[in-house]
Amino acid sequence: VTGLVVTGIGVVAPTGVGVEAHWSSLVRGEPAIRPIVGFDPAQYGVSLAGQVTGFVPADHVDPRLMVQTDRWTWMSLAAATLAAQDAGYTPPEDAYATSVFLAAGSGGNEFSQHEIQGLWAKGPKSVGAYQSIAWFYAASTGQISIRDGYKGPSGVVVSEGAGGLDSIGWARRVVRRGTPAVLVGGTEAGVTPYALLCQATSGRLSTATAPEDAYKPFDRRASGHVIGEGGAILLVEETDAARARGVERVWGEVVGHGATHDAHHHADPAPDARQYARAIQLSLADAGITPDEVDLVLADGAGVPELDALELEALQRVFGGRADPVPVTAPSSFTGRLMAGGSALDVATALLAMRDGIVPGTAYLDDPVDAPGLDLVQHSRAQQVETAVVLARGFGGFNSSLVLRRPTEERTS
Amino acid sequence: VSTTGRRVVITGIGVVAPGSMGHEGFWEMITAGRTATRRITFFDPSRFRSQVAAEVDFDGRKLGLTAHEVFRNDRFVQMAMVAADEAVADSGLALGAGVEATDPDRVGVVLGTAVGATMRLEDEYVAVSDAGTHWLVDPQYASRFLHHALVPSCGATELAVRFGASGPATVVSTGCTSGIDAVGYGSQLIEDGDADVVIAGASDAPISPISMACFDTIRATTGNNDDPAHAARPFDARRDGFVMGEGSAVLVLEELEHARRRGAEVYCEVSGYANRCNAHHMTGLRPDGVEMAEAIRLALDQGRIDADEVGYVNAHGSGTKQNDRHETAAVKLSLGPTAQQVSMSSIKSMIGHSLGAIGSIEIAATALAVQRGVVPPTANYEVPDPECDLDYVPNTAREQKVDVALSVGSGFGGFQSAIVLAHPTRRTP
Repeated sequence: VTGLVVTGIGVVAPTGVGVEAHWSSLVRGEPAIRPIVGFDPAQYGVSLAGQVTGFVPADHVDPRLMVQTDRWTWMSLAAATLAAQDAGYTPPEDAYATSVFLAAGSGGNEFSQHEIQGLWAKGPKSVGAYQSIAWFYAASTGQISIRDGYKGPSGVVVSEGAGGLDSIGWARRVVRRGTPAVLVGGTEAGVTPYALLCQATSGRLSTATAPEDAYKPFDRRASGHVIGEGGAILLVEETDAARARGVERVWGEVVGHGATHDAHHHADPAPDARQYARAIQLSLADAGITPDEVDLVLADGAGVPELDALELEALQRVFGGRADPVPVTAPSSFTGRLMAGGSALDVATALLAMRDGIVPGTAYLDDPVDAPGLDLVQHSRAQQVETAVVLARGFGGFNSSLVLRRPTEERTS
Repeated sequence: VSTTGRRVVITGIGVVAPGSMGHEGFWEMITAGRTATRRITFFDPSRFRSQVAAEVDFDGRKLGLTAHEVFRNDRFVQMAMVAADEAVADSGLALGAGVEATDPDRVGVVLGTAVGATMRLEDEYVAVSDAGTHWLVDPQYASRFLHHALVPSCGATELAVRFGASGPATVVSTGCTSGIDAVGYGSQLIEDGDADVVIAGASDAPISPISMACFDTIRATTGNNDDPAHAARPFDARRDGFVMGEGSAVLVLEELEHARRRGAEVYCEVSGYANRCNAHHMTGLRPDGVEMAEAIRLALDQGRIDADEVGYVNAHGSGTKQNDRHETAAVKLSLGPTAQQVSMSSIKSMIGHSLGAIGSIEIAATALAVQRGVVPPTANYEVPDPECDLDYVPNTAREQKVDVALSVGSGFGGFQSAIVLAHPTRRTP
């Protein structure tokens, strides 16, 4: 079996640009859910989001490229650079040795809204030359590949919120077939008028106007979620290849992945959580570990009471037999749900928790629901994490589970 | 290459293509050399530079979809559902609740699409913005199913629900190689032991004002509005861009032993798949075709197939000046002397370029060519281009036993993909 390690993390998130800024917000317990800026969302029944406020695109993206691309791609380009820098990765001589395999969710929303608006208000000639390359779901992957000269087998997967984890699952297949390094994860930029309206039709957005009331996974007063933008891109490498290039720091190992689909309904989750539990079990079996060996679960944390209850049911099915309750946290409560970017960011968060021995809490979790056999983490706390499970669901019934382990060298030293 | 020794075969084919119905209608049409390109009827194209497309006369209700399914789903999802129904029926597999034959947990879904629900997103935008007069959109005119439209993974969900497929499911969206990549990823799921059956294919429905407008501005589409039936002219010296198309093809991919145990009829084996990026330009192609050639070589290598075994290349053949030149160079580079003998054709000459969907439709055509020993032609081929000097099977289908065939694709973002299909009786020489 080919080993896979995470060697670089690039974060562009509401909680901060750069991995340390993000981590510091979580550890300090400072959520980034705020009133939406940039447009007036009043008529959509939503007033809050997790927006990336500290991001200056021109600091990261060539101005000539900026005009050709959407904010979503700016954030992807920035995160890809941050991940490569973090990994000390310089493109090897063999251009085919690096792949870009990202998750996407909604494409270049703001760019596309602008062009469609122009088309209908003014006519076909108002549509610019870059609409054809800025909106579609492969835009960020293609632009990173071109900018950085990566010619390996690249891809784009869409499984809504599960996409960030699934991109890592697919990257394992790429690595197994001989490409040693893959950029994975993704970003999202859907805090724009039309994309917000689209997301609101899911019926899962909170209408609360105060951040402390809006997105409260596993709380008795949970009332839906808040959307957000940004995400994370990570560099994963085949273990021996990473060692051979003399990588200085390994964040962690990817040791297992499992994915299932509810196959139940086009929007509603299956009422029995069987497939969600099975995804977790598949990932543990893939990693060759038992539920007892898991130190931390980073939950999907939908914030919708029914979905939260199903997630806890799935976790109880898998971890309920343990003597000590498994700690469960939902860091997406700090950023809002970033769709494809969210589960990628949770992977970054899990690796940070391992590094520092700190488990981040769940923002605004004041009054947790009953969760026998599970330890819902309200506030950040010190705890060693050797093995973590990151979970994600995608609208429509996608279930994905990823198992991460602290790097072996650190554990034995 | 599969490290598990698990091999993948195609046991079911479903096609929704312009000018035809089902995979038999499609096959009859493309082997007859008939074209389905016409002046656009979906909207008034008179203000557009390119006014030609290959439209599907599609009515989901008449093809077995419920009123709810039609109401909540964009056209690309509806076409995928119809194609998948045909593919699953064709495979003879018993799928769904209460059926014991195949474990639903071992059935996966991989659906490709380049632009997803763009048509519905645009239609709805027109309503909620009052035809582009408001930036802040008015929710009271919106469909309840806009989240489905925003995120194209809804297409994979519909197929998973339809067939009770609770294995891994995803949508692949790599632009115009999505259809090849979806079948490639589906094959990898089986090779890696994560599924025994994968419903894999692609669908796109991009014949809408915004899609036509954005290809107009970069002059990627044809300006040959006077002769719509002959507007798509891949490899011909007079080619001037692609003709937009739409449609879907879905295949049933199955692990070889799983197919054998139930006595399934096998169209062909998926022997190899690879993709590479050119890292050059979002829309431009270098004339040398190096990266596509690399994808072809790797795909053949996976199947341990020598270049001289390839009898047919189903070309990307979009009909743009640079693509056809690029691709001709790539085939020469990867197949060497065999390129001079190989039959190579572009069915886009007949059914247009349906962006991500076309890769799967072309795989369907290639699988049928391998099974039936007939190679579909390149229609509208009259004036040779000195830079495109291979055998493009002009205008008339060719009876030819094909043991090994390639289907290749190239897309915006620099993606280059190749897949290798082999006749079930092929023996290593």
